[in-house]
Amino acid sequence: MNFRLGEFHAFSGGGRRFLYTVPSAGIFELDDTSAAVLARLSQGEATQEELLAAADAETIGELYQARIIATTEAFVDPPQPLPDNFPLQTMVMNLTNQCNLSCQYCYEFGEDKVATPEGKPKFMDFETASASVDYLFTQSAGRHGVHITFFGGETLMNFPLLKKVVDYAKQKAADQGRAIDFSLTTNATLLTPAIIEYLSANEIGVTVSMDGDKASHDKFRVFANGKGSYDIIEPRVRELIKEHKTRPIVARVTMTSQAMDVLGTYRHLKNDLGFHEIGFAPVTTSPNRLYSIDNRGLDSVLDQFGVLASEYLDHALRGEHHGFSNVSDTLAELHQGVNKSHPCGAALGLVGVGPSGDIAPCHRFVDSDTHTLGHVSTGIDKAKQNDFLSRGHIQVKTDCRTCFARPLCAGGCHHEAYVRYGDTGHPNLHYCDWIRGWTNICLEIYGAIAAQNPDFLRHFSDRKAAA
Amino acid sequence: MKHLRAVNHKARRIQEHIENDVVAMQGPPTPAGQRPHVPMGCSIVFSPGWEVDSSGGTAGLCQPVERDLYDCYISCYWPAQVPDHMNNYPDWTAKCAAATKDWRNIDLVFP
Repeated sequence: MNFRLGEFHAFSGGGRRFLYTVPSAGIFELDDTSAAVLARLSQGEATQEELLAAADAETIGELYQARIIATTEAFVDPPQPLPDNFPLQTMVMNLTNQCNLSCQYCYEFGEDKVATPEGKPKFMDFETASASVDYLFTQSAGRHGVHITFFGGETLMNFPLLKKVVDYAKQKAADQGRAIDFSLTTNATLLTPAIIEYLSANEIGVTVSMDGDKASHDKFRVFANGKGSYDIIEPRVRELIKEHKTRPIVARVTMTSQAMDVLGTYRHLKNDLGFHEIGFAPVTTSPNRLYSIDNRGLDSVLDQFGVLASEYLDHALRGEHHGFSNVSDTLAELHQGVNKSHPCGAALGLVGVGPSGDIAPCHRFVDSDTHTLGHVSTGIDKAKQNDFLSRGHIQVKTDCRTCFARPLCAGGCHHEAYVRYGDTGHPNLHYCDWIRGWTNICLEIYGAIAAQNPDFLRHFSDRKAAA
Repeated sequence: MKHLRAVNHKARRIQEHIENDVVAMQGPPTPAGQRPHVPMGCSIVFSPGWEVDSSGGTAGLCQPVERDLYDCYISCYWPAQVPDHMNNYPDWTAKCAAATKDWRNIDLVFP
């Protein structure tokens, strides 16, 4: 019987050798003997006797049992059936589908929109909102904590409803002896001192959609008359960061072909404005849009991400916080050893609810007739949910079968896939190289931290445990 | 594990699994040093298919392999080739009171 290499991704960090095992998502450090076995097998298959020339039986046994090396019969990933009853954890409530900005790249209003809001309510009413909260509490039975994210449109255009929902949901949680927390995403144009005080007093997490300095931000984030929104939001954002003390304030940056200055944007949002965390994502678009980022652009973005990531590492080795949340989010998943059947919690632990009360897999599909899964008054249509989840399952994505990044990526965003390929279950092939490059960078950082300042990783245990 | 250091949570779970698992039942042969310590001549289980010693042989077992025949017949779901004691050979084990002692007394049957 011959031995061969199993499935893993080798990387180094802090001068040590590590493996990321696939698909189990374990991270192991190698010693010289185990490295020698892998070096031998990287030249081709070997018999047990040949391997014993490179290392002792104990080492070979360990590698074999961790499936880092295998016999010539392949291991088969055990099938992962869809869970029949997966309790909800998070509800994204689109309080309104109206917005006071007209960002050209918007997935809700732009050229690639999936929403069909015609004839549906523009603002959610309290009856629908309270029914949604009831639905969340019923469907999350068994979980202690639940989470509501307020979304839009522009969330703050329906601020009166937000306050009522917070009161209602808090009361409900108290009655049931459970925990609830809230967050919202906003374009920051409508923030007032009173609203900021309310958000801080109620510990509501705030994410601001903001694309960088004035030049970058105003390229797409404009009012209906074409005027940029930077000058309006800048003082409001400063006020928010100054006065909202109870939760970290996060900026969420959408990158386009015309705004790819990651480093400049990060410095501006972190140092000039004072955001605690900044997360970046490329715009979701069909490939022919002028603002879509091509492969060359993606390479540049990855290079800049790499620079910020090594800054993150320097901070982490000194035990300090760095605000580049793309790294911290990935490290949290690597630390846990997440191995995903689906790219995200959409239609599993998370749903989006539109102003009409229609339930969608997530906020990005809200108000889209094609993607509606049900209604908060009648629940989710199991057949539709199963169809959505079966399409998105990693095991049906044949393109992903040999990719080392699949435990984390699982094919990527369902919505992105729909916009690009017309199928929520299609792997996002346009990002594969990028995702692998990014995963490798994060693995190297993880390895370096594990080697040089392992105590820092405790942040990620706490973080995941809280979720 | 000595030559791999589990770094993240999942790796630690894999390590636990490996260290607590029954190594004998894991399929393809593992190198000699990794096998559980079973003294030559013992079989640890009395069930069909498992009666081999630590070198994979049957010659030096404490319990005779022949007792499997009886085990299949009395207590096991395994569809073994044993005589039909319901109709044709009701007495074929009559002289065997305790398999481990009296197995030689099990009748041979030539259908």
